[in-house]
Amino acid sequence: MSILIQKPGILTTIQDLGRHGFRRFGINPGGVMDPAAARMVNALLGNNERDAVLEMHFPAPQIIFEKGAVAAIGGADFLPHLDGEPLQLWQEFRAKPGSMLTFAGKGSGNRAYLAIKGGLEIDQWLGSSSTNLIAGRGGFSGRRLEAKDRVDLRASALENLDSTGTRLSPWIIPPYSSTPTVRVIPGAEFQSLSDRSLEIFLSRQFEISGKSDRMGFRLIGEAVELSDRAEMISSAVSFGTIQALPDNQLIILMADHQTTGGYPRLAHVISRDLPLIGQLGPGDKVAFQLVTLDKAEKLYLEFERNLKFLGAGSKFESAPN
Amino acid sequence: MGDVRFISLGDSALTVEFGNVISVKLNETAVALSNRLAKDPFPGFIETVPAYASTSIFYDIAEVRRNFPEFPNAFHAVSSIVDLALEDLDTTASSPSRLVEIPVRFDAEAGPDLDIVAESAGISTESVIEIFSGTVYRVFMLGFLPGFSYMGEVDERIATPRKSTPRAVVPKGSVGIAGKQTGIYSLASPGGWQIIGRTDVDMFTPDDESPCLLRPGDNVRFMPVEE
Repeated sequence: MSILIQKPGILTTIQDLGRHGFRRFGINPGGVMDPAAARMVNALLGNNERDAVLEMHFPAPQIIFEKGAVAAIGGADFLPHLDGEPLQLWQEFRAKPGSMLTFAGKGSGNRAYLAIKGGLEIDQWLGSSSTNLIAGRGGFSGRRLEAKDRVDLRASALENLDSTGTRLSPWIIPPYSSTPTVRVIPGAEFQSLSDRSLEIFLSRQFEISGKSDRMGFRLIGEAVELSDRAEMISSAVSFGTIQALPDNQLIILMADHQTTGGYPRLAHVISRDLPLIGQLGPGDKVAFQLVTLDKAEKLYLEFERNLKFLGAGSKFESAPN
Repeated sequence: MGDVRFISLGDSALTVEFGNVISVKLNETAVALSNRLAKDPFPGFIETVPAYASTSIFYDIAEVRRNFPEFPNAFHAVSSIVDLALEDLDTTASSPSRLVEIPVRFDAEAGPDLDIVAESAGISTESVIEIFSGTVYRVFMLGFLPGFSYMGEVDERIATPRKSTPRAVVPKGSVGIAGKQTGIYSLASPGGWQIIGRTDVDMFTPDDESPCLLRPGDNVRFMPVEE
């Protein structure tokens, strides 16, 4: 009752929606980089949205379904194939016992999510299945998946192997792009931006550098200077916090960010747009647009409502056979 | 209460800033507020992070909006709840301080930067150890690594700036100084603090129910040991 990792891929980990309640001990929430994609593939399969999924980077793994399963893939498009036949993203598929999942190329996006109907059987650490690579806990033995690893499926994954080929309505999928404009709200030190730097911050594109990982994305772009660089003491930071480093370049903190930091907090990516940055990788370019906190909260609530429709199954389309 | 600033930390969290200096008084308020909210959580409360002079509060926008519809947004609702909590906050009673004694080996192997600290202070390494272990430190906050505590304040005489080039690997248990801060590397990690000793006590025990030895607000004394 498992899936077998035939080839591991460059970085494949078990993640869920994160580990909450331990930030004050320096233990970050972690979790998926693209929460929308993970929640949507789970909802599509009728799983709990918090169920663990595989987060895959490219080059992606090769996976054998030893006992067969119903599954779905969303997020990045790495051109998934099942036994050589192309699979659609955001659509339930049935894998026969022994079938092999492969990925043919880096189509778009940087993180693909594989969810199994009925869920993965993963031990929890501090209430979450997310892999914390620094602590070496959570997910699959606290580490990335390697060749010959077997990820167990819950018994319920084998109970119902019928698949209707249900697929996600396209309207709910975030507007993924390799050059997105993401919406931000001002951070604590936003007021310290000079007029010139404010204009740069809100009008230029910034490139995701090669020095980017699940902890944070370093950006390459025009200098963003602060008029007042007072010595700061550390305080909490969050997924989506945009800080100005001492060399006037920017960094966006991502899912595995440290819990506290002492660099100026210029702005924060709004929750609704975290999936857009969560799909970026080196060479992609991002631009920032300022919105109000009211707007950010409304956009968040709108997506939650949309997902509820999904969970209720009222917005599914069945694919033609 | 002096000037308190409420600022967004993204759309699902806010930071209450009590000042921008390292001070026991401000930190007592931060820790007390954090403990108060954790003990008596409002609907939608997720968690708090007390820091040197601030408390950050993470919340679920939808839950807060549903329970406090009279406010224009979740940020205002949570700010208002915090304001009320601050009015009658008892900064001493809410978290009785523990004194945690930590045995530390101070020698050239465990503390490769003892000489640097001694040299910059113009005193002997023995004096550095005596001054360092003669102070009771407060745990202001945890961060950086699971279970890594930021403590202070280090005596002015031996306060030494960070190394200009961080080490690639600082061993687990290393005790370091960075200016007037001291801390214990809970895991092996890259790091730039001046390392003056090492402890065998685990700061981070991931498989225990409470995975970290130290909590914000604790007091710590370093006990010199041989071997």
